[in-house]
Amino acid sequence: MEGDIASMGQFIGAGLAAIGSGAAAIGVGHVAGNFLAGALRNPSAAGSQTATLFIGLAFAEALGIFAFLVALLLMFAV
Amino acid sequence: MAGEAHSEGGLVFHPMDQFIVKPLFGQGPVEWYTPTNVTLWMALAVLCIIALFVLGTRGRAVIPSRVQSVAELAYGFIYKMVEDICGHDGVKYFPKIFTLFVFIIFTNYLGLIPMSFTPTSHIAVTAVLGFGVFFAVTLLGFYKHGTHFLGLFWMSDAPLILRPIIAIIEVISYFVRPVSHSIRLAGNIMAGHAVIKVFAGFAAIAAISPVSIFAIVAIYGLEVLVSFIQAYVFTILTCVYLRDALHPGH
Repeated sequence: MEGDIASMGQFIGAGLAAIGSGAAAIGVGHVAGNFLAGALRNPSAAGSQTATLFIGLAFAEALGIFAFLVALLLMFAV
Repeated sequence: MAGEAHSEGGLVFHPMDQFIVKPLFGQGPVEWYTPTNVTLWMALAVLCIIALFVLGTRGRAVIPSRVQSVAELAYGFIYKMVEDICGHDGVKYFPKIFTLFVFIIFTNYLGLIPMSFTPTSHIAVTAVLGFGVFFAVTLLGFYKHGTHFLGLFWMSDAPLILRPIIAIIEVISYFVRPVSHSIRLAGNIMAGHAVIKVFAGFAAIAAISPVSIFAIVAIYGLEVLVSFIQAYVFTILTCVYLRDALHPGH
């Protein structure tokens, strides 16, 4: 019985941690969308800013990956 | 992470089974000297890199062959990136950065072959790469600038009251760098491969197998993109960290 409650908490926690992936998706979409909006206004300046775009995407995405990692740890390591 | 799902049926498997490190010969325990599947696929990646960059460019033709132009394209791409981000004095460190890029992209792409193994999906592998960059960059910063390197944490253009708080935040973010640097690569690759395996598990159910096979194809295409982008992002962040060490003032 106690083991059941513990594994229930584990699964609920993993599901809650997966919300973070959705939040990271919002962040990544925000970065990419704003880049596109800026790039269409001034296409000549867009090419030089792709490196900045990828750095921004990477930072936004890393936090989502952290959330995913917490979910994985709860599912398989705890 | 062992697959207890094996007992349920022939085709049902655990999505994390593909990341188990197995000895290449026999069933013994994995010691530090045991040749495992990680060793095999890293060695294959190194052989492919040698084939592309040593054998491919051996002709040194003025008009490059196909293999040679791929090698030249990759070289020029990373060279330009290092020069753009780190400036002219960062070009000295180009060999290390190019080695990182080529190793990561080849292990990622070899891992996309069905039934193969991806060493970069293990945090143990990427942490060595990430912490290697972190220690190299930190030592380089102290070697080049001495204690002036600590000016990286002390924002002289912020208001004086805020500076200690910003310094604390900057120090924390500096030490989180290698962690996020390595987990980003491993997490992306691991997540992508696990998703493919989850859909492969659904493919055993006849009613939804066309949908799930189509999903595998689509996600495989996405993974080809992600493999490149993660190698690119790892390299570009290495360049950014190197720039901070070379020019801590700004």
